[in-house]
Amino acid sequence: MTNLNVLVLRAAGTNCDQETCFAFEQAGATARTVHVNRLIAEPKLLHDYQILVVPGGFSYGDDVAAGRILANQLIHHFRDMVREFIDADKLVLGICNGFQVLVKSGLLPGGNHNGNGLNTTITYNDSGKFEDRWVWLEPGTDKCVFITPGRRIYLPIAHGEGKVCFAEDTVLEQVKQQGQVAFRYVDRDGRFGDYPVNPNGSIDHIAGLCDATGRVMGLMPHPERFIHKTHHPRWTREPIEDPDGLTIFQNAVNYFT
Amino acid sequence: MVNRIEIYNKSDYPDVHGQDVLADIKQLGIRTVEAVQSMRVFVIEGDLKEDQLHRIAAELLVDPVTESYELGRTGAPVGLAQATLIEVHLQPGVTDPVATSAEMAIQDMALAADSVRTARKYIILGALNDKQKQLIAQKVLANDCIEQVIFGRDQEPPGAQGQPYQLSRVTIHIRNLDDEGLLQLSKQRDLFLNLAEMRTIQDYYRKLDREPTDVELEMLAQTWSEHCVHKTFRGTIEFTEVNGEGTAQKSMVIENLLKSTIARATRELARPWCISVFEDNAGVIEFDEEYGVCFKVETHNHPSAIEPYGGAATGIGGCIRDPMGTGLGAKPIANTDIFCFAPPDKTIEELPAGVLHPRRVMKGVVGGVRDYGNRMGIPTVNGAIVFDDRYIGNPLVFCGNIGIMPKNKCFGHAREGDLVMVVGGRTGRDGIHGATFSSGEMTHEHENLFSHAVQIGNAITEKKMLDTLLTAREENLYSAITDCGAGGLSSAVGEMGEELGAVVDLEKVPLKYQGLNYTEIWISEAQERMVIAVPPEKLTRVSEIFAGEDVEATVIGTFGNNKKLLLRYEGELVGEVDMDFLHNGLPKYTRKAVWEKPALQEPDLPEKGDYTNDLKGILADFSVASKEWVIRQYDHEVQGGSSIKPLVGIDNDGPGDAAVVRPRLDKDRAIAIGCGICPQYSDIDPYYMAMAAIDEALRNVIAVGASPDQIAILDNFCWGNCDKADRLAGLVRAAQGCYDAAMAYASPFISGKDSLNNEFQTDDGETINIPGTLLISAMAIVEDANRCITMDVKKSGNLIVMVGETRNELGASQYYKRHGELGANVPRVNLKTGPKIMSAVARAIQEHLVVSCHDCCEGGLAVALAEMAFAGGLGLEINLSDVPAARETNRTDQLLFSETTSRFILEIEPENITKLAQLFRDVRFGQIGRVTEETRLIIKDSNNKAIINADIADLKEVWQTPLRW
Repeated sequence: MTNLNVLVLRAAGTNCDQETCFAFEQAGATARTVHVNRLIAEPKLLHDYQILVVPGGFSYGDDVAAGRILANQLIHHFRDMVREFIDADKLVLGICNGFQVLVKSGLLPGGNHNGNGLNTTITYNDSGKFEDRWVWLEPGTDKCVFITPGRRIYLPIAHGEGKVCFAEDTVLEQVKQQGQVAFRYVDRDGRFGDYPVNPNGSIDHIAGLCDATGRVMGLMPHPERFIHKTHHPRWTREPIEDPDGLTIFQNAVNYFT
Repeated sequence: MVNRIEIYNKSDYPDVHGQDVLADIKQLGIRTVEAVQSMRVFVIEGDLKEDQLHRIAAELLVDPVTESYELGRTGAPVGLAQATLIEVHLQPGVTDPVATSAEMAIQDMALAADSVRTARKYIILGALNDKQKQLIAQKVLANDCIEQVIFGRDQEPPGAQGQPYQLSRVTIHIRNLDDEGLLQLSKQRDLFLNLAEMRTIQDYYRKLDREPTDVELEMLAQTWSEHCVHKTFRGTIEFTEVNGEGTAQKSMVIENLLKSTIARATRELARPWCISVFEDNAGVIEFDEEYGVCFKVETHNHPSAIEPYGGAATGIGGCIRDPMGTGLGAKPIANTDIFCFAPPDKTIEELPAGVLHPRRVMKGVVGGVRDYGNRMGIPTVNGAIVFDDRYIGNPLVFCGNIGIMPKNKCFGHAREGDLVMVVGGRTGRDGIHGATFSSGEMTHEHENLFSHAVQIGNAITEKKMLDTLLTAREENLYSAITDCGAGGLSSAVGEMGEELGAVVDLEKVPLKYQGLNYTEIWISEAQERMVIAVPPEKLTRVSEIFAGEDVEATVIGTFGNNKKLLLRYEGELVGEVDMDFLHNGLPKYTRKAVWEKPALQEPDLPEKGDYTNDLKGILADFSVASKEWVIRQYDHEVQGGSSIKPLVGIDNDGPGDAAVVRPRLDKDRAIAIGCGICPQYSDIDPYYMAMAAIDEALRNVIAVGASPDQIAILDNFCWGNCDKADRLAGLVRAAQGCYDAAMAYASPFISGKDSLNNEFQTDDGETINIPGTLLISAMAIVEDANRCITMDVKKSGNLIVMVGETRNELGASQYYKRHGELGANVPRVNLKTGPKIMSAVARAIQEHLVVSCHDCCEGGLAVALAEMAFAGGLGLEINLSDVPAARETNRTDQLLFSETTSRFILEIEPENITKLAQLFRDVRFGQIGRVTEETRLIIKDSNNKAIINADIADLKEVWQTPLRW
């Protein structure tokens, strides 16, 4: 696993950058945080990396809308570079606020690059409040690099705006057809359900999306928060095998081996 | 050109904010409003074409899926005559982070806007008179400290600029005032100084042969405020105990209550792992060979009473800056939050004038802590909420923060010639007089008089500042740091320069808006500011780090001036203060404390054949009931170190005893965090209340697997007006209890704080005094997080063991409260057996003999058992005849509900019971029952008759219902 470099992008209000770096390092990569101002000043930095991560937090305080300001920076300073990055067979991951950024910059679900026609958004939870709770996730595709097909995983969410919505039903249909639903919220036994199984009221229970290549993924739950046995809320009463969150980072790293 | 974009939700998507406003209007008792629509408004100045404005709207400001917008000003929906339009704009010049972000983003789009402002607009449907409109605007929509309200649709929003300040040096004539004049001056200028203090100041200026300037007087008032200097704890107290007839039985003079009780325990215990105690902004102890951890808990009671959301947010924000300002700066790793409110089911009619409804207070406080803590990316992991009628005018908001720092960064000292640099947020008029305000009593008029003392928080400013300060710390770019808390720059520079003096040029301080005079600049308590002492040769590099992440940092002066502080404005001297007089000139004064033991009796309640309803009633008490609604709104897992969460058990919803956090992700060493708070016992004797709070805090961390060898504790007193002899006597009793228990448990205090004058004057002259409240926070080092346990029962067939003796101690218990009684037998910690029990339980957990452990506190054995059962999703069968009890304690209700301290319930695998018995040779314990597959809690009395028999799902339901909002 030599020389696999992960860039964890940081901005004002980012707050999950360090544990995200640590998760990638546990999976065998070398991870660094880079402030967005630094990347704007030196865009070439990106060439040294194979994986770009937009981690969780409240970038720019969720000003205007969650993820919007950083997404705007991505669009206007790096869009072509990120496109090249993806086309060069590299990976992009957005977690929680990072997922919001990827959606609001049009990178997810992608396929619509005319600039002003975003067809997907992530908005306020139906519950009307921020919540931290654990959820079960069923993979919705076998084309996404980050996912172990068929493995139902258990991760925590912590957000107030996690409801994935589409402008038209046709967008959802297309996303489904192209295998771009990364994860759906389910219960322990894999069944769909209302709150709290689907914690935010997401359309079609969607918890995460990937792009058409399967190399760009965003999800609301936090895989970096389940990479150690004691992260699991019931580790004192259940045997914990390999932590579910770690699989996401390992899959990403394994893609390059 | 002024352009306006108004944004509203499409009809398919709920207007969550509008619905909240509607609910709040109904809370005010206004029933005529049918609906509220909320809009976001952007006012953009600049030469922009219409298509450019559409681009800004569509690509940046509007969510293309959920929202629509219009350019220009929209009216009310046609045909609805009874619609009120209200717009809320920021006061001229108040920082508008959304606008700043939008300006930057518009620039990123390669468009040019001169300025952006934001506002909120509400269309309120339903008949309202003018008074009601004002009320809604004032109480629900706007905070008049920073916002202004515009009714209707025709007025233009206010301009963005305040008037610039023209220097005018103000001198206060004090030398010739008589006593009455001195007191009047103190009152007029909100100095909250008493006569002795005013006379001392007068003498000082007579000797100097000049009059003070206003800023000098303000600085003295702030430095000498109860909030900053804790004169009650440091003064002299003549303490007398009297008997029922009022004759003195015992008298003593206490010089410095803090030093003779709390700090004395720390000194005498002299634990080698204490690194820095009672010196810095937070107490520091050793974490491992490389790192120290520090802990500070503060209160923010008065601001939270007036503006719960902002008060609580700045409470936690300010508390986070304490570890950030300890030594050379710690990285915050966990928050704690403990609140005391009046019961949230009060009717409007029950409220005294001038207080907010406790439900609104609670929602606002929780929201403030949530938004600030979550945005900072600090997990909020431990807390408690206590409900009592007497908190109605004085809700208590305790915020705690733990930080970690390398051991070689635990101390900092400013040096002669270091530059005074203010970092972070700008200075505004917010929070003026916070320190002095919080040192006074609340009255029904405070809500209006002191709204300027409420501060405005912005977590992202603080987060940016934190990120860059940690980088600067790693590069050793400054020699000292402290936060601007109460007293603002005055207090920060005053403290850092205590041994040096300083020269400060006040016009250099960056302002949020023009118009602040030099005094306002100096004493403003605007948030998110810290002061560092920068050696001149490091200025370039440190400035580069701050600029690189858009953090403002400005040199405003230099440390060192022969122990004198010089304040200048545009070169003119406006204040000169002698550091010695400032820090040591405060007259010590003597107060009387008279302790009269209340004449109380135990009630005579009939014994019953079934106590199931009593158990359910106690589980449904707000203080005992599930706090899940609150806990889930806090991110308790950010930073990736969560090992034991606040909610545990088979459905992740049982009440965990303490949280465990691993601050270093590559290590399994951890910190357990717990708390104890039992103000109800103060009504009988604050001495035993304090000991019980310490016992509870320790039990909590022991129960998850901490070792009693390294537990540090913190004290936070919230008390009434200690000018009154009875209040002060209670405080003395509590401090004495702190000393005795800390010594017995060998747990040193490492930091503390007090908030006095928590009394409320109603408009009809009645005084509501809070129960003497002491929060004990505990932080323990856990060697290996993998050995921790939780309180939920795990497996049927396992044995239930109770450790510690149960005594007839129902005084101030939940059980008596339910029956409208107080009683007399308050739980008294047994300082001989308590430490033995803690050690024995800790050892049993270390040796893997215990699969779950829960402490017995409010509601006693019955509540602890119920919680363990429903958290684990299994039943329990218990026999009271096996409960280890004191000889005279045999009544069923005593065994079930007594709140005797130092007791634990353990779940043990049957094969381990012999080993456990060996370990427990010198503590009392009993095997009281077992875990059952049948999901019922069955408790039998000595005649083998079930006196509690309930389905655990029913018990859980009654426990969860009250605060399931």
